[in-house]
Amino acid sequence: MPFWIEALVSLFLVLGSLFALVGAIGLYRLPDFYTRLHGPTKATTLGVGGMVIASMLFFAGRPEGPSLHELLITLFLFITAPVSAHMLAKAAMQKKLPLAERTRGKPW
Amino acid sequence: MLAYVIPFCLVVIGLALALNLVRLVKGPSLPDRILALDTLYINALALIVLFGIWLGSDLFFEAALLIAVMGFVGTVAAGKYLLHGDIID
Amino acid sequence: MKALRGLPHPLLSLLLTVIWLMLVNTLSFGHLLLGAFLGWAIPLLCRDFLIEVPRVRRPLQLGLFVLKVFGDILVANLAVAKLVLGPKERLNPAFVEVPVAIEDKFVLAVLTSIISLTPGTVSADLSADRRTLLLHALDAPDPGQLAAEVKRRYEAPLLEIFQCSPT
Repeated sequence: MPFWIEALVSLFLVLGSLFALVGAIGLYRLPDFYTRLHGPTKATTLGVGGMVIASMLFFAGRPEGPSLHELLITLFLFITAPVSAHMLAKAAMQKKLPLAERTRGKPW
Repeated sequence: MLAYVIPFCLVVIGLALALNLVRLVKGPSLPDRILALDTLYINALALIVLFGIWLGSDLFFEAALLIAVMGFVGTVAAGKYLLHGDIID
Repeated sequence: MKALRGLPHPLLSLLLTVIWLMLVNTLSFGHLLLGAFLGWAIPLLCRDFLIEVPRVRRPLQLGLFVLKVFGDILVANLAVAKLVLGPKERLNPAFVEVPVAIEDKFVLAVLTSIISLTPGTVSADLSADRRTLLLHALDAPDPGQLAAEVKRRYEAPLLEIFQCSPT
């Protein structure tokens, strides 16, 4: 494998895993449910996106030719992440979960 | 270079999984736990893709896709249960 | 796009064929045939569940818009990473109500998905008359400005791209 492909793959892998870690840290330390919802649904999705791009680059150099099917995972996650976030936010509002003190505005 | 980068990424993702697990145990509410499970499956997906690169095998793609589909269905089912107290309506 | 009798959604059929080819990861003739069959059969079998997609008026602008949204996702993720890792006391979470002018179901779904994907905002609820969207923002020192920003950056281009005038 040429050096620059390896470097690109490494870059995307590190970026992806760091984004996944940021999402998990957000889930761990933010004060209330609504703020916690922000970390995982987006940072983690992007983290998997980075991993998938790295995987595509890595497998692109093989004799069978480039493979695109990893893109389907990212596509699927990008379509489903907003749906599950929306659903959980609605459930939380129905259960009237406590808000962080500094929150302005009210849920319906 | 990849021989060093991949173990590093495995450790980082493992750390993320551990943090999700802490949130899953701590709760405090049911939506929090479902959110933790949701994040857990997406991180597991990243772990599987990473493992596929490490072994240089294409076979893990199907596993990753199945986890993505099943995890989404599971999250939606749990969310619907919370919203209506019923999954199929 | 003119709807044919045996082929109610030509673009959806094409998309399904491409997805099938990506899934099996080959471009052989047999799979092309099978993909074409699936692309023909699936829209026919579930045509009662499909909602009407409005006509794209400006395809070029749609492409630019998609690129812009991806750029926003990347940039804003970095900003959110800084917020998440920074001190908790600096966060200003807020619920913001945004009036929406979009009437079409599909375009509204696209807008809420984009809002959820761009970090810092999650679309939480939609009022029963589909006129107001409730957002939760992670850090909004000025809620009014955030609402204006969402309307300017995402709603206006969507309205322009899809043929669904607000009035």
